[in-house]
Amino acid sequence: MKKIEAIIRSEKFDDVRRALTDIGINGLTVTEVKGHGKQKGITQQWRGTNYKVDLLPKMKIETVVKSGDVDKVVDTIVEAAKTGNIGDGKSFVIPVGDAVRVRTGEDGEEAI
Amino acid sequence: MKNLMDYSVGGIAFFAVGFALMMGTTAGMLVGTDGFFLLGESYDVGTALTWFFMMVFCATAATIVSGAVAERPKFSTYVICSLVISAIIFPIYGHWLWGGGWLSSADFMTELGGGYGALDFAGSGVVHAVGGYVALAAVLLLGPRIGRYSNSGKPRPMPGHSVSLIMLGAFILWFGWFGFNPGSTLSAHELRISVIAVNTNLAAAAALAAMFITWIKFGKPDVVMTANGAIAGLVAITAPCAWIAPWASVVIGIVAGFIVCYGYWFIERHGVDDVVGAIPVHGFNGSWGLLALGLFADGTYGNYATEAPFITGLLYGNAGFFACQLISVVVSFLWAFGTGFILFYVLKHTTGIRVSEKEELEGLDIGEHGIVAYPDFVHAKSVSGREVS
Repeated sequence: MKKIEAIIRSEKFDDVRRALTDIGINGLTVTEVKGHGKQKGITQQWRGTNYKVDLLPKMKIETVVKSGDVDKVVDTIVEAAKTGNIGDGKSFVIPVGDAVRVRTGEDGEEAI
Repeated sequence: MKNLMDYSVGGIAFFAVGFALMMGTTAGMLVGTDGFFLLGESYDVGTALTWFFMMVFCATAATIVSGAVAERPKFSTYVICSLVISAIIFPIYGHWLWGGGWLSSADFMTELGGGYGALDFAGSGVVHAVGGYVALAAVLLLGPRIGRYSNSGKPRPMPGHSVSLIMLGAFILWFGWFGFNPGSTLSAHELRISVIAVNTNLAAAAALAAMFITWIKFGKPDVVMTANGAIAGLVAITAPCAWIAPWASVVIGIVAGFIVCYGYWFIERHGVDDVVGAIPVHGFNGSWGLLALGLFADGTYGNYATEAPFITGLLYGNAGFFACQLISVVVSFLWAFGTGFILFYVLKHTTGIRVSEKEELEGLDIGEHGIVAYPDFVHAKSVSGREVS
């Protein structure tokens, strides 16, 4: 089991979610997050004075998948989230020790 | 909380003292002397009507200060400030213009004006300039918020919590102004009311000059300054709205748009941290409204009446009336800034007017009121009654 943690553009969330549903990934946890990588922020204006915001709003998608599905899921996310510009985000793959379904007590890959 | 105080603490102060000083029988054209607590002959339907209308003006003058000083004064300071504005500062200048005092009625003023003294239809001076210049005194004595200026003194923007609420507030004020200006005829069958409503709307619309100024200067129409602009136009039209032609309202509004932008940037550069822009919106444009009346009054409407003497301004040959308005502008500034400065100076050196640095950085919600704006749902004791920690 691996957890895929993808940080993507907020405006690409719908595309990514649709793509994941199409390949059968239904379990998601989504968080609105702020941060930046190489992208250096955007300029905003308040009563005529500009100021820079360097922590930008992004979406974080977390989903736990079977180890064999990792490449497929990551490729799907990357393809759906890509614009080709700086600020498209990143995807991380993290090993998962175990999983337990609260309702039934099932564990391991059965639980995800 | 602060604005609630203006209607409650301020409202009671205006009931107890302010109204009598403002609208009571005049003593030497300086101050009213009867009607305290609306007792005796003031317990009367007509007087109650006047009281209610003036109370709303009074609270409006007081609320102007709250926006300028936000995020750093002690709450107790604000309560005292609201009390003094409502009991003394607003009513006295109000008496001079609206209560039969010297600015409107002294012989030398009416001779200068040509049958009438200084005028202010619905309060550019009485309400807005007074509130704006008390706010200026308060902000100067409070000092800017921590972080508002860089170490080299360069202003840094501190964006507000919600741009949507700013826009909603602007809409509510624009709508509410139709109560202020047309309402100041004090009777719905006064025919001039239609012209007043038209002028009010035109000035607010034309003051969107502020939007074009930021658009040209910075490349994008600035949302918050546009909202400030609309209110600035409304403030400026408040004094002249009954006595001028619609075209003049447009001119007044455009000028108001310039005053609010350049006024705000001017005070900001000079270290005056006015959170919502109340000083240029209400102070500077309040003064402009009084002067605009002295310029553009065209002789089509009398002294709150459809009969002579009809009010004319400088452009229609009455320089004397313009002089009256100029005197009123200077007096409103000296009175409001002077009394405001004394008030905050005394408080600063007795009770203190500003919260501690620690409290300011944490935000005043917990320090002053013991609650945050969006309270947490997690209690130390869980809903099932078991102690969590």
